[in-house]
Amino acid sequence: MSENLRFKDHYTEQRLFRNRMLVAIVGVVALLGVLVARLYNLQIVNYENYRTQSDENRIQVRPVPPTRGLIYDRNGVLLADNRASYTLAIVRERIRDLDATLELLGSLVEMDDDDVEKFNRRLQRRRPFEPVPLRYRLSEEEIARISVNEFRLPGVSVEAELVRYYPETELFAHSVGYVGRIAERDLTAFSEEDVRRYRGTQSIGKVGLERSYEDLLLGEVGFENVETNARGRVLRVLERHDPKPGAELTLHLDTRLQQVATDALGEHRGAVVAIDVKTGGVLAFVSKPSYDPNLFVTGISFKDYSELRDSLDVPLFNRVVQGQYPPGSTLKPMMGLGGLAAGVITANTRVPDPGFFRLPNDTRIYRDWKRWGHGKNIDLIEGLAQSCDVYFWDMASRWNIDGMHDIATRFGLGEKTGIDLPREYPGIFPSREWKRGARGTAWYPGDSLNAVLGQGFVLATPLQLAVMTATIANRGTHYRPQMVMAIDGVEQPPEVLHHVEARQEHWDLVFKGMEQVVKAGTGKNAGAGLDFRVAGKSGTAQVVGIAQGAKYDSEALKERHRDHALFIAFAPVDDPQIAVSVLVENGEGGGRVAAPVAREVLADWMQRPFEDTAGLPSWRPPMAPLTTTPFEEVRARG
Amino acid sequence: MASRDYMHRLPDMGSSLRRPESLSRRWHIDLPLMLLLLILAGVGLVVLYSASGEEIHYVKRQAVFMGLAFTGMVIAAQIPLEFYRRWSPWFYLGGCCLLVAVLFVGVGAKGAQRWLQIGGFRFQPSEVLKLAVPISVAAFLHRRTLPPSLFTIVGALAIIGVPALLIVRQPDLGTSILIAASGIFALYLSGLSWKMIGSAGLLVALAAWPMWMWGMRDYQRQRVLTLFNPDADRLGAGWNIFQSKAAIGSGGWAGKGYMEGTQSQLDFLPESHTDFIIAVLAEEWGMRGALILLTLYLLIIARGIYISFTAQHVFGRLLAGSITLTFFVYVFVNIGMVSGLLPVVGVPLPLVSHGGTSVITLMAGFGILMAISTERRRVLF
Repeated sequence: MSENLRFKDHYTEQRLFRNRMLVAIVGVVALLGVLVARLYNLQIVNYENYRTQSDENRIQVRPVPPTRGLIYDRNGVLLADNRASYTLAIVRERIRDLDATLELLGSLVEMDDDDVEKFNRRLQRRRPFEPVPLRYRLSEEEIARISVNEFRLPGVSVEAELVRYYPETELFAHSVGYVGRIAERDLTAFSEEDVRRYRGTQSIGKVGLERSYEDLLLGEVGFENVETNARGRVLRVLERHDPKPGAELTLHLDTRLQQVATDALGEHRGAVVAIDVKTGGVLAFVSKPSYDPNLFVTGISFKDYSELRDSLDVPLFNRVVQGQYPPGSTLKPMMGLGGLAAGVITANTRVPDPGFFRLPNDTRIYRDWKRWGHGKNIDLIEGLAQSCDVYFWDMASRWNIDGMHDIATRFGLGEKTGIDLPREYPGIFPSREWKRGARGTAWYPGDSLNAVLGQGFVLATPLQLAVMTATIANRGTHYRPQMVMAIDGVEQPPEVLHHVEARQEHWDLVFKGMEQVVKAGTGKNAGAGLDFRVAGKSGTAQVVGIAQGAKYDSEALKERHRDHALFIAFAPVDDPQIAVSVLVENGEGGGRVAAPVAREVLADWMQRPFEDTAGLPSWRPPMAPLTTTPFEEVRARG
Repeated sequence: MASRDYMHRLPDMGSSLRRPESLSRRWHIDLPLMLLLLILAGVGLVVLYSASGEEIHYVKRQAVFMGLAFTGMVIAAQIPLEFYRRWSPWFYLGGCCLLVAVLFVGVGAKGAQRWLQIGGFRFQPSEVLKLAVPISVAAFLHRRTLPPSLFTIVGALAIIGVPALLIVRQPDLGTSILIAASGIFALYLSGLSWKMIGSAGLLVALAAWPMWMWGMRDYQRQRVLTLFNPDADRLGAGWNIFQSKAAIGSGGWAGKGYMEGTQSQLDFLPESHTDFIIAVLAEEWGMRGALILLTLYLLIIARGIYISFTAQHVFGRLLAGSITLTFFVYVFVNIGMVSGLLPVVGVPLPLVSHGGTSVITLMAGFGILMAISTERRRVLF
């Protein structure tokens, strides 16, 4: 290139460059304008929109589960507590490779296939971004191992949770019951309102008071707005609506009495119920054998469950409200009162007892439990004291079944007692109508003879017998049995279901007969060495029918085919405070085996100094004066 | 200029009237550009501190790189333009050889092979080409009569095309496009006729369909689709854009306050200290802050264009223009991508994003710009 050419080109080139560059400048300015417009669009025009988006990112609304209401006995002893438990949970959405995470977790904490399987099932029905529990009850060491490896475990968290704990373990399993994890069954039964109420809550009452008072114990769920980072870690709480804790229940139950009753049963299977005569409050509620309700709280293992389920002693079976037994002779006082009230018998009715009874125009012989009879002139008091079958057969033969049914119903037999516990069984007290419906046959006079002795079709739960006893002790006032004495410190008033009308001398007569049972009759074991007056009645219920004429041979029967032993009692006779019913499965003799159990319960309750209970409680519900007898007054007299 | 020449000729007065040569002139430093770059780097470090989650470690590292980069810039400014022009073929060939080497012995991550490992040091040969390509194209055009003939255009395109294709193979489409752009800018500024530009534009439009069908990889197609409908896949491909738009938008006019940006501080914003750092700034400092940053960039670009106008030779003119416009493209593509205007390509925000080698290349470019700006003095005195 020559100098000349270059010089000439210089201008053209510069002009060309300027030209092109000016166009480029226009382009640069235009594109910068586009950026500014974009920023304006995002930051000014759509500001609210993106502000919301970024808030939704970081702010999560989390339910705050309420604290479940505590349950105390009458003295403030804690029966159902809440304890912190640490749960390993996983947010599925935040995990890339679930299998790898599970494998890593398996090397850090103890985990079996059962856990993983349950986890997978929970995973199916979770809400998005909800932590799904993988293992409950982590140990301190396991928590430490997880926190050390936290950086390798995004989406894995250890969540503190309050979990039910029953400090008295087996003692109150059948009355207080237990909570368990909300199961699929529960969920399908949930209404929309329930779904809201249970947000954040893992447990639900399954059995016992935990179930019947579920609505009160649960409380009201709260909410909090929390700020989380992209990995879901909560950084701070922005806003909080506190949950309302569940109601505190104070029961009529007395822990020491419960323990005494349980101990008194010894190795036997059976049930003991003690009722506060003046209110219907249940003081002791024992069904033996029992089980540890804590096993169920965070999900019982299959092994533990099958052990309980398959045991011959059926520990899961609530004998108090579900065990329907023939009540046997324990019905006699109630029947005697009914007979007096209906005019079938009087104080002066005397019956000869040769050891057997025969209905008019019938060849069948009904044998008294005593081979040679009780004597020539048996009256009601003697009939109760000696438990003379012939006296009551005679009465039944002159009475009708519907009258008997009527009086039994007023004492609470044949229908649910209405106790504040779930799944109560009604038992049976037959009537003509019942037999026609259930059996399709007419009522025979012989059926009445069985019914009056609490056999044949008659079935009653130990609770029903206790209610019946309390009604006798109360001279006809039939209270609904109540477990809960106070809710959040507010006394629950006793409720009268029926009033059995009878003259005072009739009640006196029955009281005298029952006292005679303990003084000189079949139930001497119930009152031995007590410094207050006890009234009672023994009963023995056949487990298998004995063929006509055959001799009863307990040796030949296997233990489980032996008779059930029963005893009912109340005390003190002059101003009854407590009524007890005792059932000892296969215990054979009511007076021999069941009466001592009743004695222990009565003795503990009546001989306890007032200070004993006053000194115990850490918390006492405020006591409103009762309409009938003030609580303190009763105890002071005891 | 004329009066000064006149003064120069006065034997007595000349020495006293002549303005003493300032330090910056002697060191070939363009003061306004230097000042703007220092302010920008300072702003970058402040934003980085917040974006990295208050980890001073990142900031220190970046500051060291910045120091190196500014040193590199000063060094690059000392080298005479003639040297760049003469050595450009070797520069270019060496870079291409490294690119070929990357294809065979390169190391990389996420399915891309972009780095060369020499001892404990790792570097991206494509960085070399970011400068080598515009220098070579400018040098090539410098020797031709302008406006370029068809033959010249084809030659220039060949110079651009070889490294661009090699980089596409890595694959690194973003860098490839940017390198190609730097060469094309030089070509364009040399006086490419509008007819040519028009037909090239048409060709690109026609090529779009086969490119989409066969030329692009799945993830690249996904990025483009995401651009048009970022809400379709919020947790997957759309996550980045969804979060960065939320970050920018929620900043509003005034911003949430320094280190108070919830999107970036709570890690919702991915790559917050590298490619997406503008979102941190826009969230915490608001549109105010973003406009200030854009103004800084605009001033730097304006200074670059001024330098290109004052350049004495075709080579310097084209190179200065190319470096400046490429710098603008970086800014535009990055902000466009983060704000959801362009598909996601890995382009850092110049001098603000965390990252070592790109800063050094960038500042070396500015060094050359300064060499061009002070070239005039070299010629005159």
